[in-house]
Amino acid sequence: MTYEELLTEMALANERIIVMTAENRALVRNLPGILGKRFIDTGITEQTMIGASAGLALRGRIPVVHALAAFLTMRAFEFVRTDLGIANLPVKLSGFIPGLLSDGNGPTHQAIEDISIMRGIPNVTVFAPADEDDLVKMLPQIWQSKQPAYTRINTRKTGYEHAPFTMGKAEVITEGNDVTILTYGLLFEQALIAAEILKGEGLSVGLVNMRSLKPVDEQAILKASTQSNLVVTLEDHFLTGGLYSIVAEVLLKHQTTANVLPIALNEKWFRPALLPDVLQHEGFTGKQIAERILGYKTTYHQPQILTPEFSE
Amino acid sequence: MNNFDQQELKAIALKVREHIVRMSTDGGCFTGASLSAVDLIVYLYSNFLNINPSNLNDPGRDYLFLSKGHDVPALYGTLAELGLLDKERLKNHLSLNDHIYWHPNTNIPGIEFHSGSLGHLPSVAIGVAMDLKISGSNNKVVCILGDGELNEGTCWEAVLVANAYKLDNLLFVIDRNQFQANVRTEDLIPLEPLADKFKAFGAAVIRIDGHNFTDLHQAFTAYPFQQDKLNVIIADTVRGKGLPSIEERADRWFCNFTAGEIGQLLLELHGEHDTLLTSETLVVR
Repeated sequence: MTYEELLTEMALANERIIVMTAENRALVRNLPGILGKRFIDTGITEQTMIGASAGLALRGRIPVVHALAAFLTMRAFEFVRTDLGIANLPVKLSGFIPGLLSDGNGPTHQAIEDISIMRGIPNVTVFAPADEDDLVKMLPQIWQSKQPAYTRINTRKTGYEHAPFTMGKAEVITEGNDVTILTYGLLFEQALIAAEILKGEGLSVGLVNMRSLKPVDEQAILKASTQSNLVVTLEDHFLTGGLYSIVAEVLLKHQTTANVLPIALNEKWFRPALLPDVLQHEGFTGKQIAERILGYKTTYHQPQILTPEFSE
Repeated sequence: MNNFDQQELKAIALKVREHIVRMSTDGGCFTGASLSAVDLIVYLYSNFLNINPSNLNDPGRDYLFLSKGHDVPALYGTLAELGLLDKERLKNHLSLNDHIYWHPNTNIPGIEFHSGSLGHLPSVAIGVAMDLKISGSNNKVVCILGDGELNEGTCWEAVLVANAYKLDNLLFVIDRNQFQANVRTEDLIPLEPLADKFKAFGAAVIRIDGHNFTDLHQAFTAYPFQQDKLNVIIADTVRGKGLPSIEERADRWFCNFTAGEIGQLLLELHGEHDTLLTSETLVVR
């Protein structure tokens, strides 16, 4: 099932759902004809769209709003904080091409502080699915909740079949004593490859798909930190405010510590190119991740990474 | 809706101005911006909007959004005079025991949404108006904006979007009191010709004297003055209206009068005499 199929099914079953976009139709091309007046395109006005979504929610609607993640979370930030956060309205933000998924667009389009700024708003929940299967397993609960939600939309197909979703729970793929990789979103695909390489090198490897970043699964983080000698936080996000910060906050809150290796974008925007090249250039391929953790080069083969279709 | 006559409206407006003066001490409030909006707000609640103490949660009610925010003392006073808010609560201005403070918030019955950050409520009002159109409801949505607030680009985005969606159930009322916070609008970011700007963006516009109840009556009974368009009423007003000692004074933006001055100002409201103000003013640089 695709994002659009899921949204269509849920919107047809629930009159309260309104689909909105600030002229970003990649995910919702067929919905104007299907939903009629319940499809609202406000034009390139992220702020006005968020304000209007608040008004619609005041009337009992559940707006699912679409824009590129960078503009949804940053251009409209104060509207999200002030109109959705303060009022705690059930508006569902679908941020398109978050993180490295903006591949060739350049730094204007890079949403790599979105987790940080969205989770900083009281009442706003934050989610980052690993792939399309994860996405469609997560969204029904996200859309049914009474809180505002920001979701990093990720429609890539990995072939991995995910466990059912529970809000605030991580998906533990494997457990391991030597190293546990905590990750979310697009890099889950590369983390699977990295974990195989690490196992091939004789390590006991854990892998956790964090999925729900706010509320976050504190127990999964604490368990990884006690079970493994090394915890790796892997994310296509600035080092500040994302998963590395979340792990630091959780460990400090529980008055414990751990040996943590952060793999993230440290104080820089990434070099724009097609996604496979971006991953390679920035050191985020599965092979590169494994070698960062091992501390030495290997002879393993990096599987081919599929280039996403142009989808802005 | 009460359909008060002019004498009744004037009497209510005078009482609302008294409330504003009483809130202008012990911490103070935005007195001038409130006084310019009094007649508008009193008229809207008395004779135009279907909003009353018994229908505040009824989906069939009309909606008022106060986007400029600083004029909330005028709204507190109006809600109190029309029975939507307990008058005793006005004594709690700035008290931790209540929610009567410098910007609108939904802890006050009759206030639909918080504001204070300018340029937000035009879009929130659009969302409500969109839902009313989708649902086939005939409720009206009014959004009061300040003229200084029109510096914010989101106000103009909202006009474009409202017209695109033919939201004639939405009415923007501009409190055109000629002042931003510290300076005259025309001396900082000029707005005139303001009606032409709204018209160029596709709205239907009427311009009136915002203190004249005959003008207000004619404009609001003419609404919607054009169908399928955003309707805009530009209400020319005077900052500080009713208190000649602070009218159109840039340095009396935020007022925190002494107890002695309050007594004098209440007399001034009734036309007895001007007040010699000695309390601190805001220096305009």
